Amino acid sequence: MIKTDALIIGAGPTGLFTAHQLKIIGLNCEIVDNLDKAGGQCIELYPDKPIYDIPAIPECTGEELTKNLLDQLKPFNISFHLSDRVNELKKNQNNWEVVTNKGKIFLTPNVIIAGGVGSFEPRKFSQKECEKFEEKSIFYSIKNKEIFEGKTVSIFGGGDSALDWAVELSKNSKVNLIHRRDEFRGAIATLDKVHELQKSGKIELFTKYQLKTVKGNGSLESIDIEHENKEIKNLKSDYVLGFFGLIMQLGPIANWGLNLSKKTINVDTEKFETNQKGIYAIGDICNYPGKLKLILSGFHEGALAARACFKLARPNEKYRFEFTTSSKTIKERLGVKSD
Amino acid sequence: MAKITYVEHNGNTHTVDVDTGLSVMEGAVQNNIPGIDGDCGGGMSCATCHVYVKEEWFNKLEKKLDGEEDMLDQAYEPKKNSRLSCQITVSDQLDGLIVNLPEKQV
Repeated sequence: MIKTDALIIGAGPTGLFTAHQLKIIGLNCEIVDNLDKAGGQCIELYPDKPIYDIPAIPECTGEELTKNLLDQLKPFNISFHLSDRVNELKKNQNNWEVVTNKGKIFLTPNVIIAGGVGSFEPRKFSQKECEKFEEKSIFYSIKNKEIFEGKTVSIFGGGDSALDWAVELSKNSKVNLIHRRDEFRGAIATLDKVHELQKSGKIELFTKYQLKTVKGNGSLESIDIEHENKEIKNLKSDYVLGFFGLIMQLGPIANWGLNLSKKTINVDTEKFETNQKGIYAIGDICNYPGKLKLILSGFHEGALAARACFKLARPNEKYRFEFTTSSKTIKERLGVKSD
Repeated sequence: MAKITYVEHNGNTHTVDVDTGLSVMEGAVQNNIPGIDGDCGGGMSCATCHVYVKEEWFNKLEKKLDGEEDMLDQAYEPKKNSRLSCQITVSDQLDGLIVNLPEKQV
C-alpha cells in the first residue's frame, strides 16, 4: 500500500502542473495514467500541432508543452504509475483507498481527477462475436510477438501501428493487411516496404475492405471481410489484430458516485471539489458554470485544488501563502539558492 | 441559419435551427442532441462527432480536408458516406441537411 498526500489521476498538462503545485506547498503526490507516457491528449492526440494560448508561450506543440512541464517537475521526486488505470475507490476512515488495474493500492486523503475526457482505450471491432476471441485470437496491442510465428495473421488498420506490425510479422508469419480505403496514413517509408513485401508475396493487401464477421469454434479459424461494393471474401486466419487508434472513455470513474453532467464531473469553484469530500476534478473533465476547456484553466484549477489538499493532508498545520520569488522554504524545495 | 435534421441510430429525429458558421457538430452539442460527443471540441483530433450523410447531400458538402479521412479510420463503423460533423460548416445552402448518427461514437 502506497501512502501519499494526494493521488493525481491523469498525467496530462493539468495533472503535471498540479503535481508541481502540490510539491511547492510541501505535499507529496503520486500520478497514475493509463497511457505509457506523460502528456495526455497533448501527446496522444496532437503532439505536433501548435498551441497558441498558453500564457507567455506564443507558440508550442503538445510535445514541447509536455516536455517543459516535466522539466518543471525535475526538482521533485514524483512517482509516475504509467500504463495503469484506477479501478476502485472506497472510503477508509479519513482516507480514500484507490486500487488500480495492476493491483496497486493507494491510501490518501486527496484524490485529484485530472482525467481529460477519460482514459484512452483501443478502439475495438464493433462485431459482438469478436469479444469471445479477445486476448486469445484477437488483439488490439501486442505483448508477445512469438505467438504469431508460422501462423496466418490478419491485420486491420491504416496507420503506423498496422503498417509497422505488418512489416514486422511478415518475417515469420503469413500476413493479410486489410484497410477500409486505398490510402494509408502511416510513414511513407513503411508504406513502400509494405508494397515491396506485397510484390514478393509476403503480405497480401486488401483495401476498401472491412471486417464482416469472425468464425471459429473455440479458436479462430477464418474471417469474412466485406468490400465497399458488398463483395465478401473469406480469409483463413489464426489471429486478428485491430489498430484503429484510441478512444476516450470515462471508465470506472463513472461508478464512483460523483455528480456527473454528461461525461464531466461537477465541482465547486473554490476547491474544485466534487460532491465527495477529498475528491477533486480539474481540467477538461470538470464542469462548473463558465467552464472553459483550456489548458490554462486546468492550471488554475489545479493550483486551487492543491491548496484544498493541504487542509486534509496536514489538518494540524496552517497553510501559509508564499511566492516562489521570495519564499526561502519554496526555494529549498526547488533546490535553488536563496538570495 | 439552416434547419439541420439529426437522425439517431434508433430512428429518433431532431430538427433544429443552426446558425450559419457553426459546425454541424456544434449544432448538435448546443441543442443537446444525443449521439454526437465532439470530445476534442472540433479539432479533428478524435472521431466522436461521426455522422453518415446520404448521397444527395454528401456531394453538396465541401470536400474533406487532409486528416479527416485519417480520423474516420478510427471512427465506430466508418462507411463510404462517413463525415466528421465538426468539419461540416453550416450555411444557407445546407438548409434541410439530414445527417444519420452511428450506433455509438466510442
